[in-house]
Amino acid sequence: MTATPAPTAPGAAQRRRRAQRRKRLVAWVFVLPAALLLGALVVYPVLFSVGRSLFDATGTRFVGVGNYTEMFRDPATLRAVRNSTLWVVVAPVLLTGLGLVLAVLTEKIRWATAFKLLLFLPMAVSFLAAGIIFRLAYEHDPDKGVLNAAVTAVHDTFREPAPYPTARAREGHALRAGPGGAYVTASPASPGEAVTLGFVGVAPGELPGGAEPAEPATARGDALGGVAYLDFAPGGGGTEGAVDAGESGLPGMAVEAVAPDGTVAGRTTTAADGSFAFGGLPPGTYTLRLPGENFAEPYQGVSWLGPALVTPAIIGAYVWIWTGFAMVLIGAGLATLPRDTLEAARIDGANEWQVFRRITVPLLAPVLTVVFVTMVINVMKVFDLVYIIAPGPVQPDATVLATQMWLVSFGGGNDQGLGSALAVLLLVLVVPAMVFNVRRFRRSQS
Amino acid sequence: MSTPGTLKREPAGAPAVADALATPVRRRSPLRRLTARLSSGAAQTLLVVVALVWITPLAGLLFSSLRTEEANASSGWWTALTDPAQLSLDHYTALLADSGILRSLVNTVLISVPATFLVVAVAALAGYAFAWLEFPGRDALFLLVVALLVVPVQIGLLPVAKLFGTLGLFGTIPGVVLFHVAYGLPFAVFLLRNYFAEIPKEMLEAARMDGGGEWRIFARLVLPLGRPALASLAIFQFLWVWNDMLVALLFANTSTQPLTVALQSEMRQFGSNIGVLAPGAFLSLVVPVLVFFAFQRHFVQGVMAGSVK
Repeated sequence: MTATPAPTAPGAAQRRRRAQRRKRLVAWVFVLPAALLLGALVVYPVLFSVGRSLFDATGTRFVGVGNYTEMFRDPATLRAVRNSTLWVVVAPVLLTGLGLVLAVLTEKIRWATAFKLLLFLPMAVSFLAAGIIFRLAYEHDPDKGVLNAAVTAVHDTFREPAPYPTARAREGHALRAGPGGAYVTASPASPGEAVTLGFVGVAPGELPGGAEPAEPATARGDALGGVAYLDFAPGGGGTEGAVDAGESGLPGMAVEAVAPDGTVAGRTTTAADGSFAFGGLPPGTYTLRLPGENFAEPYQGVSWLGPALVTPAIIGAYVWIWTGFAMVLIGAGLATLPRDTLEAARIDGANEWQVFRRITVPLLAPVLTVVFVTMVINVMKVFDLVYIIAPGPVQPDATVLATQMWLVSFGGGNDQGLGSALAVLLLVLVVPAMVFNVRRFRRSQS
Repeated sequence: MSTPGTLKREPAGAPAVADALATPVRRRSPLRRLTARLSSGAAQTLLVVVALVWITPLAGLLFSSLRTEEANASSGWWTALTDPAQLSLDHYTALLADSGILRSLVNTVLISVPATFLVVAVAALAGYAFAWLEFPGRDALFLLVVALLVVPVQIGLLPVAKLFGTLGLFGTIPGVVLFHVAYGLPFAVFLLRNYFAEIPKEMLEAARMDGGGEWRIFARLVLPLGRPALASLAIFQFLWVWNDMLVALLFANTSTQPLTVALQSEMRQFGSNIGVLAPGAFLSLVVPVLVFFAFQRHFVQGVMAGSVK
């Protein structure tokens, strides 16, 4: 404020006031569009939702906090609360950890830029497209879903798949069904005898390579022997329960000789022509058992989108989307670390792990916090990914607060009181972030 | 360090987030070279594996979209790597002949372009006012904007649906656009106000001395100086709206729905609709991915700054 000494003071003051008014008016014109939109579509809805959440489904009866207590009573919404909690606990930790590790590792490679670009790319992809991508990847059939194809491939390298998942014993002959999918001989046999074990249900194309035509079982000395074969002559003919010319042996079948007291006295596998023999068994009678492992269904992989694993599976898709973000943000923090400190520690004999644990992580703490908090806020609002990836019948098992709010309000539930309460809960959950932002802003201004 | 919600002016010399995309140059002491090389070998291997894991789902989508219905029903997409005869553009030609899908693609453009333009325009005006003009209640109002940064869109769905119902905006493209603009504004205003506030005061005062009105200063000085922030904001907002499904799921109807919603309605019979869903998803991600590669720097900055939204 400066005093105006000139005699024309009243006129000047008026002009200044008018200029002042004009300036304010211009300012309001600048702010008005934003203020109107925010007021009508953001601020008013917040107030409306809070009010609406205190009324029942029809909006006519005041129920107080009834909708909020209902939230923790209704099994479906309770499920959503539980799942959202799981999301908030798991996803931010995973993302921050993975981002940190990858950010540190990318410092060691020459193609870091390409790597960062690749991992950041999913950020450009919509949740819908990511959802479709992962519905394809999580497909249960190992012949279609890439993840289960990988899982079964790994599984089958460690455990041979069963050789004859479709085989059944020829009914009414030597074998009858035993416990655990096994087959056992109906009558016991002694060393020196030979048994004929006929099977059906194996298509010629499914026979293992190297299978040779079976020979009728003959006793060999005092060994307990026999033959396991496919009791089916190509081209028809032949006698059921007997080895006919052209019938194939079943190689690689496990056979156990079981003593009357139930102990396994011997174990062998059939040869290329399906023959087998137990040498050196003590005299006595034995039941031959073909364990269930011969006939087990092939391993079908993991039911990713089943009720048990659907939430972890969707979190996996979320991690695919956001890891690049965490890594790039943490990497930016990493680039500002004092190189001298790190080098000094290395020269003092600290190994890479110690440098990472004692210096890098503590110095990065502020960035890590930002990443973590950002992820918590984002994870709480996750909607599209759950809505898209969880198949219809599993949707109730995967539901989170945002999807539940949608279902209750618009997806058939039509209880806008409870829906508003869920929306308000989502808002309340981000209030700490709101306070944090406001505080940080005020600090930065002072 | 750049934190979400802030965007440093580039000339300030502070390392911008996108600089992180460049590999830092380091010198190692000779003593360390061997162990460094060994550990970098392990790092290389691990990162190659990670890169493969990241690229596989995308490759799955691309190959599935190019394989025939029968091929997709009987075998995995990876068999196409050894048997490229399975691949054809049939699904894409069918998709582009589908008037419903085409309509939804046009709708996506009709929603995301105006929503982006309006957010940038409205926020630039407000951002300038909050940074450089004086009016009563300015600081309190701006604190409110900061508080609104993290408000979830869910809170607006029900009340705005009612409001749009009475205004006749429900089910219309302008309705969807307005909702996106409103929920994009807090971040946009916050970002631009902070960016504009760093314009040197002398520059503005000199312009005012020269008799430039506020409009003139805004258009001739502030907007050109703010271009990096405006670009990052525009890319972030465009991406956000283009990729949105939730808002359009509620506020659009079958004739105004964008691509995401049109595809979502095919999800019910996922197994039998792969021929539509896979190429459709690919179509929907082509534009954002092109934007990503064309404007890497602004893209990363925009996403970083807007991540709290």
